[in-house]
Amino acid sequence: MSRILVTGVSSYWGGRLAQALERDPDVETIVGVSPRDPTLELERTEFVRVGTQHALLRRIVQAAEIDTVIDSRLVVDSLGASPREAHETNVIGTMNILAACGGPDSPVRKVVFKSSAHYYGCERDDPAFFTEAMQRPHPPRTRLESDIVEAESAVRGFAERNPQVTVTVLRFANGLGPDLDTSHGRVLRLPAIPCILGFDPRYQFVHEDDIVGALEYAVAHDLPGVYNVAGDGVLVLSEIASLLGRPLAPILPPWGTGLAAAGLRLAGVRIPEEMSQQLRYGRALDNRRLKAAGCTLRYTTREAVQRFAEDLRVRELRRGEGAPYRYEHEVEEFLRYSPSVRRRAERDPDRSAS
Amino acid sequence: MSTERRALPAPSDELRAHLPAIEPDRQVTDWGRSERVEGLMDRTLYDWLYHYWFRCEVEGIEHVPSTGGALLVSNHSGALPPDAAMITKAIKEEHARPRPLHLTVEHFFKGYPGFSMLVAKVGGVPAHPANVHRLLADEEQLVLVFPEGRKGTEKLYKDRYKLRRFGRGGFVEAAMRARAPIVPIAVVGAEEAMPIFAHMSLLQRMTGLLYFPLTPTFPHFGLAGFAGYLPAKFRIRFLEPVATDGWGEEPWQDRGLVQTVADDIRSRVQEELIDMVAHRRSVWFG
Repeated sequence: MSRILVTGVSSYWGGRLAQALERDPDVETIVGVSPRDPTLELERTEFVRVGTQHALLRRIVQAAEIDTVIDSRLVVDSLGASPREAHETNVIGTMNILAACGGPDSPVRKVVFKSSAHYYGCERDDPAFFTEAMQRPHPPRTRLESDIVEAESAVRGFAERNPQVTVTVLRFANGLGPDLDTSHGRVLRLPAIPCILGFDPRYQFVHEDDIVGALEYAVAHDLPGVYNVAGDGVLVLSEIASLLGRPLAPILPPWGTGLAAAGLRLAGVRIPEEMSQQLRYGRALDNRRLKAAGCTLRYTTREAVQRFAEDLRVRELRRGEGAPYRYEHEVEEFLRYSPSVRRRAERDPDRSAS
Repeated sequence: MSTERRALPAPSDELRAHLPAIEPDRQVTDWGRSERVEGLMDRTLYDWLYHYWFRCEVEGIEHVPSTGGALLVSNHSGALPPDAAMITKAIKEEHARPRPLHLTVEHFFKGYPGFSMLVAKVGGVPAHPANVHRLLADEEQLVLVFPEGRKGTEKLYKDRYKLRRFGRGGFVEAAMRARAPIVPIAVVGAEEAMPIFAHMSLLQRMTGLLYFPLTPTFPHFGLAGFAGYLPAKFRIRFLEPVATDGWGEEPWQDRGLVQTVADDIRSRVQEELIDMVAHRRSVWFG
């Protein structure tokens, strides 16, 4: 039986992961913390609105006797957060959460840290497939990348100081899926896909379900160390465009790309710096260590793009169907703690009897 | 170099089993190599160059192994070197069991617009030690390297068939780590196909290219002149393979051995070239 704390439960990942863990009977308790309300409907996860103040988190960890902490807050896309917020979340937040988990009297036995392939950066003289042991050949180029590198080094330091804790770092390739909102997702939904003239970069994606699956796998199994998570297979951008049935628009010049990207932003197309690097050089990860550890990924990169394309065709039809979920504190409290509410376990036998 | 050395994965049969399966619907490999583009180049250009323009003659094709990884090492020449394409074509045409050949290229090509698109499509792979290792040890493919690198292609016509330094022996180390044999190759004809008479450094700096040569047809005929090869007679000789798995556990730690093997291979290719040039009566007819 495990007692789990999920940070960043209001993010898409945190929410999806908590939903998945709720279905697992081996999970006794799930506590979700975040400074913002959850965006996905949760059944038995207990939500606590708290930031990353380590003193408060430590009290929660101690009081609930948390043995597994999943840190899914990391900002890996400069779409939603300003560089300042991203730094605050990625570096300071990680340090605080680790501080809340460490120490000889801590009940925590496992930490799963969701990291990103941005750790490796994206440069001209990169290897074609990054393995976990590879260091980036050049210092980080963007704020986001240096924040991720710093957060990971804090995690590494934590693992060295706390040998009793199993620390798993999962480095995810770019996520892709119908419900996922990322810079890449937005660009691939455009009527034509912008690219840099004269470049056809290699791309690797991981389907949103596989991201949740990999996190869940790391919770259920002991995987000490770093693991790359990426779909099998590497596509080139022109292949992706033809799978999506969209033309490529080589509107970014090879020289002065940053300037042109700034121009595009005025037109409403946001291409952040880390993405324009990928549009130039591409990036792929070697996912064999994770597969050797027994974790299976359901979608290859190509299948992830195909699912995305299928959703793209029916996206207009689906729009407006079903109201978005809104977290109401009182309602959730009532559903969880009121004696009048009959839990599913109590309800189900009745149903089968009638 | 030191970080790259540390970064190489230990040879492991366990991880080889976890290589991604091939998706039959795809025409592009995970390295970005495109069957379609390669086929197009082959039909329109290479086939004609191989059979009619350069009239390639191949010796010792049986030295290229039919299975397992192997590192092919050749001399390199010509402003826009035709030797790689002709060696690839020779294996395709003459070998009993043709296999695709992966060609290591400078990182420069990945960063230059146009080249970046094309070079990977026709089988070019950036010359990173990890890439070579994955191809040789994990995927068990054929890899072609030019240890002279651009020192070979930028040399002037007057220096033809004088081999340049063979790098720092990195190719020997890569083959040793992958326990793959090294097949030396001597190519005669490429030096005369597109000789370089001089370099224009100002234009090189302006275009950001590796070098900006003066050849019989370039730059005065424009970019078309860059593809204008002279019809020299090609002779490609595959030499006897050098096994790399007979030197103990970690032979690449012995820098002296690595250098000695690299020098041996270099001098074998050089001697073969001298022999072939001595027996050649005409540059154009062989």
